Order: sequence, then C-alpha cells, then structure tokens
Amino acid sequence: MSKDDFVGYAVPAITLGLGLFAWEGLVRYFAVPSYLLPAPSLIISTLIIDWSVLSASLWVTLSITLKALGVAVIGSVALAILFSQSRLVERAFYPFAVAMQVTPIVAIAPLLLIYLTPGVAVLVCAFLVAFFPLLANTTLGLSSADHNLVDLFQMYRASRMQQFMLLRLPSALPYFLAGLRISGGLALIGAIVAEIAAGSAGQGSGLAYRIVESGFRLNIPRMFAALLLISVAGITIHLLLTALSHWLLRDWHDSERGRET
Amino acid sequence: MNKIATLTTKEAAIRVAPPPLVTLRGVHKVFANQVTALEGLNLDIRAGEFLSLLGPSGCGKSTVLRLLAGLTGPTRGEIVWLTKCPELGFVFQEPTLTPWSDVFTNVWLPLRLSGVSKEKARPRVEEALEQVGLAGFAKAYPRQLSGGMKMRVSIARALVTRPTVLLMDEPFAALDEITRLKLNDDLAALRSALGATVVFVTHSVFESVYLSDRIVVMAARPGRAVAEINVESPTESRQEGFRLCQAYADTCVQTSEALHIAMGDRPPKMLKSGVA
Repeated sequence: MSKDDFVGYAVPAITLGLGLFAWEGLVRYFAVPSYLLPAPSLIISTLIIDWSVLSASLWVTLSITLKALGVAVIGSVALAILFSQSRLVERAFYPFAVAMQVTPIVAIAPLLLIYLTPGVAVLVCAFLVAFFPLLANTTLGLSSADHNLVDLFQMYRASRMQQFMLLRLPSALPYFLAGLRISGGLALIGAIVAEIAAGSAGQGSGLAYRIVESGFRLNIPRMFAALLLISVAGITIHLLLTALSHWLLRDWHDSERGRET
Repeated sequence: MNKIATLTTKEAAIRVAPPPLVTLRGVHKVFANQVTALEGLNLDIRAGEFLSLLGPSGCGKSTVLRLLAGLTGPTRGEIVWLTKCPELGFVFQEPTLTPWSDVFTNVWLPLRLSGVSKEKARPRVEEALEQVGLAGFAKAYPRQLSGGMKMRVSIARALVTRPTVLLMDEPFAALDEITRLKLNDDLAALRSALGATVVFVTHSVFESVYLSDRIVVMAARPGRAVAEINVESPTESRQEGFRLCQAYADTCVQTSEALHIAMGDRPPKMLKSGVA
C-alpha cells in the first residue's frame, strides 16, 4: 500500500472514528435518552439483536432496487438506441422522459398506488427515478462518436449495423457507465421514498417500512440501525458499479488512466 | 531488334501523356452555411504522383480531399475517375483511432468492414504495421503510444487495403518538429516502395517541397488553385540528403513566394548576407 493509499483510507477512517467517539461521549455525558438520540454502541447492538427482522427488510429493499435498476438499464438502452436511429422518435418521446424526470416521485407514488398493487407501485417508482440518467447519458453517448471515425466508416462503406456495433456502441459505453453509477444510487433512493409513500397503504416490509414503523413505536435505535443499513447498501452499490466501470474501461478510457509518476 | 522496339514504345508512352487518374473540372463547393469553400477548381491528379495541396486555412484544401473520398459531393462541376471505385486510404490530422481496441484491431478495421475475418486479415495487418515500423506493437492500446506512433497506426490502417490513392489531410500538423521530420522521411521511403498516388494537404512549405512531385498552391475566400510548382529532385526517390540540395532550397523559396502571393501579400525581399 502506497503512502497516498494509506492517507486515502486512513484519514476518513480517523475522522469517522473521532466523530463516533464524540457522539458516544456526548450521549453518555449528558445522559441523552435513547428515544431522542441513541449512542453508536446501542445502534450496533440493536442491529445485531434485530438482525433477523432488519436483514429480511434489507433483502426486500435491495431486491426492489436491483429489479428497478435492471429494468431501467434495459429500457433506457433500448429507448436510447431507438432515439439514435430516428430523430423523429427522439423528438416525439424525449419531452415525456424529461417530464417524468422532473415530477417528484413522492407526488407520483400515491397515484400509482391507485392503479397498481403496492409492491409493483414501489418497483415502478424506483424504476422511474433510475431511468432518466441512464437514458440521457446513453443517448448522449450514442451520438458522440468521433466524427472523423464516422467519416472513415462511411468511406469504407460500413453498413448501419457495423457502424452501430463497432463505433457508436463502444463510444457510448463510458457515458452509459456514468449514468449507471448515478442511477444505482437513485434506484435505492426511489425504492425507499416510494415505500415510505406506500407504507400508509399497509403494505411493505422493506427498510423504509421499518423506519416508519420504528418511528411510530419510538424505537429510535432500530430506526438508526435501518438507516445505517440503507447507507451501507448505497455505498456498496456505488462501489460495485465503480468497480464494474473500472473493469470495463481500464484499457482505454482517459477516466481510468493512472498518471505515471 | 527487340530492345529497340521496347525503347520506342517507352518513348511513345512518354510523349503521349497517360490520362489523369482523376480530374476535377470546374468544381464549386458551397456549404450549407453559404460559405464558398471552392470556386471553379480545375485539377488533374496523375497516377503515381505525390501531389501536395498547400495553402492558408480556409482555402478548401481539406474539402478537396473530402470530395475525392466521396464524403461529400460538389455543388457544381464534376469529379471524373479513370477507374471505377478506386481503393482509397484516408489519413486525418488526428490519428482517429478507436481507443477501445488495440493496434491490431484498429488496423484491421477497413478489412473488417468489408467482411475479412481476423485470421484472414492477419498477414495484411502485420505487413502494414511492418511498413510503418510498428511490427510488434499489435497488442498495444492507442493510449500507450506516443503521438507519432499513433499517427503511424493511422497510416498503417490506410495502407492495409493496399490503396491506389492515399489521401492525407495534414497528417503531421499536430506533431513536434523532430517526429515530423522522421515521419516525412519514412513517408517518402514508403511512398517510393508502394508507388501509390498520394494527395497530401499541408500548411508547411518545407514538408510539401520535400515530399512532393508537384505542389498546387491554393488561395482562400473563395478557395481556388493559384499556382503550380514542379519539384525537381536529383534522385528518383526522396532521401534526407535532398534537404541539403540547392534545388530544395530554391524550390522552397519559389513555393514560399507563391504562397505569399496566394495570401495577397508581397513576397519578402531576400536579405543581403552579412559577409561581404
């Protein structure tokens, strides 16, 4: 491990440690009741004790997130390809994609609950949030192939299919992956927000539901434990997608280029 | 007896000039934004010659290449090729490689687009890489290469189809002077080995004189040809020593004067040497 790596990991770890230590100390010193602010140690022990309930909820939330992200990837790439093939289709549909994006998901969720079962509604909400960054990035990527290369393909009488497979698709890959990293986090947020909105409809056993439920029961340590799990899930998704991006682009893209020192 | 007969045929062939490989007749090109890139350009390009198009920015020299490559059509006038569908190679100012594939795959591209499999293409790709001095670099990725090496890959890609006409659009303009001189030497050697026709667009008087058999000087706004200079070299193929010849220096002065006139300036007077 180089010095830079050490600083990169050690400094935030020390900051975190000091912060938790101060939190624990202040809670104990002022004897803050746990229904106001639980100490970190209590949150961890709650996490362990309630693990069976919380892990089941974590699994529900994660499975919604991943399903939504998967559908968003397939849908956005398919639509972006359609946009890249026809300007008319792009003109016809892009404004609606934008409208979908700018409408807050919390506002759409109650409406969706009227038409869909709560489980499906939550999935659709998470999908809607994850969809647009992927669509916007992939559409941009598909139209940003080097114009000299486009000329070259034309000069060698490349077919539409060849131009698409050998030029447009690989050119779009870095853009798609950037969109995927944004959407990965957003899918989780969408799943949580939608579940909170749907929670009142009685359905749900995801982490968001646990937070709402714990709030009602004044079980604040469990609320924090659920929050911690959500954060860890979000960070894990981000790290996995970053690793995927690095693995796919490491040979050629400038964003993955290490500076020679 | 036989020998004499051959000689006579050769002489006859010299007297009756062969038809040009391609003729541009009264070519106008007006872009969509109403800018006139070319106005009434007449140009013959002869088989096997190295022709440079020299001129300031905006004189339409790159447009000539795009017209020859069939990437755009003339607004008026015509472009007549001696042979139907000549095999073309194009080298851009930038290396224009696909960064996601290695050198081999980049050079394979033109053959791949016409349906030649990787294995079938291998000897041709290796030959092209050898011609530009990059044998052994097939597995490297573009970003691992220097600017000059990337340009060599780009040239190899143009050569892999064994083109009859090589179109080069200021290929060395973005390179440093030392790399540029080396690539000029290599291109001169390569060209005499291949015998292909080359149309070379450049800003550089020295580059054009060193490489070309003929230089067409162009002027801007509207783009047109204003002067033509034949380059006489003591040897058939260009070598580094040509840069030291009086003929080279004289042609550079002559070309430079023509370029000044093309740009609407008066050519500068030669300074008297300090030594009496």
